[in-house]
Amino acid sequence: MAGTGTAHLRDTDKALLRVEDLVVEFAVGHLSDKVHAVSGVSIDMLPGETLGLVGESGCGKSTTGRAVMQLPPPVSGTVRFDGTELTKLTGEALRRMRPRLQMIFQDPISSLNPRRRVRDIVREGLDIWQMGDKPDRDAKVDEVLTAVGMDPASGDRHPHEFSGGQCQRISIARAVVTDPKLIICDEPVSALDVSVQAQILNLLEDMKRRYGLTMVFIAHDLAVVKNVSDRVLVMYLGKMCEVASPDDLYEHPSHPYTGALLAAIPVPDPAVRPDEERVLGGEVPSPIHPPTGCRFRTRCPKAQERCAAEEPILRAVGPNHYVACHYPLEPGEQIDFARVGIGATIDLSQDGDGTAH
Amino acid sequence: MTTARFTETEYEGPLLEVTDLKTSFHTDVGVVRAVDGVSLTLERGKTLGIVGESGSGKTVLSRSIMNLLPRFGLEREGSVKFEGKEIIELPPRQMRNFWGAQMSMIFQDPMTSLNPVMKIGKQITESIRQHLDVTREYSSDLAVSLMESVRIPEPKVRLGEYPHQLSGGMRQRVCIAVALAAGPKLLFADEPTTALDVTVQAQVLDVIAKEQSERFMAMILVTHDLGVVAGRTEEILVMYAGRVVEQAPTSVLFTDMKMPYTEALLASIPKLDEHSHTRLATIPGRPPDLSHPPPGCKFAPRCRYVQDRCLEEEPPLQAGDASGHQYRCWFPVGTPAGQEALARNERDGRVPAAATAAAAAGGA
Repeated sequence: MAGTGTAHLRDTDKALLRVEDLVVEFAVGHLSDKVHAVSGVSIDMLPGETLGLVGESGCGKSTTGRAVMQLPPPVSGTVRFDGTELTKLTGEALRRMRPRLQMIFQDPISSLNPRRRVRDIVREGLDIWQMGDKPDRDAKVDEVLTAVGMDPASGDRHPHEFSGGQCQRISIARAVVTDPKLIICDEPVSALDVSVQAQILNLLEDMKRRYGLTMVFIAHDLAVVKNVSDRVLVMYLGKMCEVASPDDLYEHPSHPYTGALLAAIPVPDPAVRPDEERVLGGEVPSPIHPPTGCRFRTRCPKAQERCAAEEPILRAVGPNHYVACHYPLEPGEQIDFARVGIGATIDLSQDGDGTAH
Repeated sequence: MTTARFTETEYEGPLLEVTDLKTSFHTDVGVVRAVDGVSLTLERGKTLGIVGESGSGKTVLSRSIMNLLPRFGLEREGSVKFEGKEIIELPPRQMRNFWGAQMSMIFQDPMTSLNPVMKIGKQITESIRQHLDVTREYSSDLAVSLMESVRIPEPKVRLGEYPHQLSGGMRQRVCIAVALAAGPKLLFADEPTTALDVTVQAQVLDVIAKEQSERFMAMILVTHDLGVVAGRTEEILVMYAGRVVEQAPTSVLFTDMKMPYTEALLASIPKLDEHSHTRLATIPGRPPDLSHPPPGCKFAPRCRYVQDRCLEEEPPLQAGDASGHQYRCWFPVGTPAGQEALARNERDGRVPAAATAAAAAGGA
């Protein structure tokens, strides 16, 4: 798995966002050491589409989302958004693009300024960009607060007076107020209860329809991603594993990693006993010295010698279904998790952060 | 594995018996009744799941049983018997003999529940040295074997490291090792995997289950996700507004749930076998403010089965068909009364009060 390639990009000039060969690296420790956070990811998005980015922590899904926003700009690669090459922009020109690209973060409470009133938090974008006159802005704030299911009268209160779910609604209101085209949702429901999670997921769908949004949805929960996405990209350690429509991906996972992720989801049915044999072992290796060839090989039950030598390139295995693997799963094939990958070391590195942050 | 026990008690009864436990906090805005009359029984080696949304009182319940709550403004009533011994009135000095050695807890956030400036080895041996009369060398050997059994690779190296040097999944394993160090008979796992990835979640839950069966330890697994408890518990207790609203053996709960709240919780989980963009069933509104709970059934303002009676009169906990099944509802799911209530609401266009409030705010 864990490969590069651009086979999945669609041959169209209608794409709102087209990212090619995105590479993000961070310097760390010795001058020669680098964290290879994202290594050659390509995505494209048609207007109105939702792209789900899935993977464990440390797979580079959040970094990919942030690199699209140029936060920070990628080391190499292109990010073409609505006809503009973002990586070429700097300073004021880049700032001018900001209202059209917005983000929603994982922790709704810490991403809102605790000292400001909700109304001011939502309104800030409008004030900065001087959108409309004062009464217009007031009306716009009321409108978006209402749209996200908040009482505009509660706008005079502060974030700590609201629950996590309500704070996430406020974050959504803040994101849509400047009429963006693209919203990047970075684990927007991971910190919420299941009941609230369902409300927020439905709300995001409503917002998408109402404001004509295109959305990148980053999450580690495959069931959540399946619900909201039109297309899903599975990532592992900075590389792409599989791209497919959600229904296809869940019915016929091709990449062993996708299969492992699916098998790990707890099933709300007591008849289905969790089976230890169906759990992927080990942790994500260090992104400072990622494995050669396919980066998943150290944990992959199907890994062969070839996987260590040669990096798999994304290729089509079906209509609108691409996989970067030398030995993809056949339809219906069961993964033998007892077998561990090749070249697996016990280096359970501190660098591969196994948390949902 | 070493099973450290102070005294092998002769007591034959259930390990833990909680009767009518009430826990409230006196605050500036009034008395918050976080746990309001909860009774439960747990046998040795069994697993009980406690499920509910944030604010349902599930965490306060488990901490109240362990007597871990801040004392200021706290009021606890009822009875908590551990191996037949009443422990609710015990002062902290005596509770120290229970914490770690008899009952211990794994917390939700492995980042904050370990001491950042103490080496991992020290954190594990701390409770061994506190409770067992063993040498330093023995306790550190014990720590290594504990870490091996929770599948931490290279345990000897890890002993000398600090929490920040480990990943989240590894830190949660350390927390498990700390909790198990003195061989408790009862383990509370309070949302042990909520902060972790799905794959790591499965690994951590498997480690806990393995330790539990090897040690014949009882466990209370607290979570908001019915998916997590489904395959891993013998019995489930669903909490809402500080009360038990449904309690049943796990298989009964999933096949024959009676409480609309349980049904709604289960329905709000996104399912893998549904197509994408399927609209999720939600529970409108939020759990009630526990300082001013509504009269009648506490779930009524959010319930799609709601009738006038629900708003006035609180249903008692009544027994279901299967043994051990209890629920708190006037119009239970799947019964003629429930069907009728649902049909009547549909005919009259009656929606839960919380849904109307959301609609009034213009919500989704």
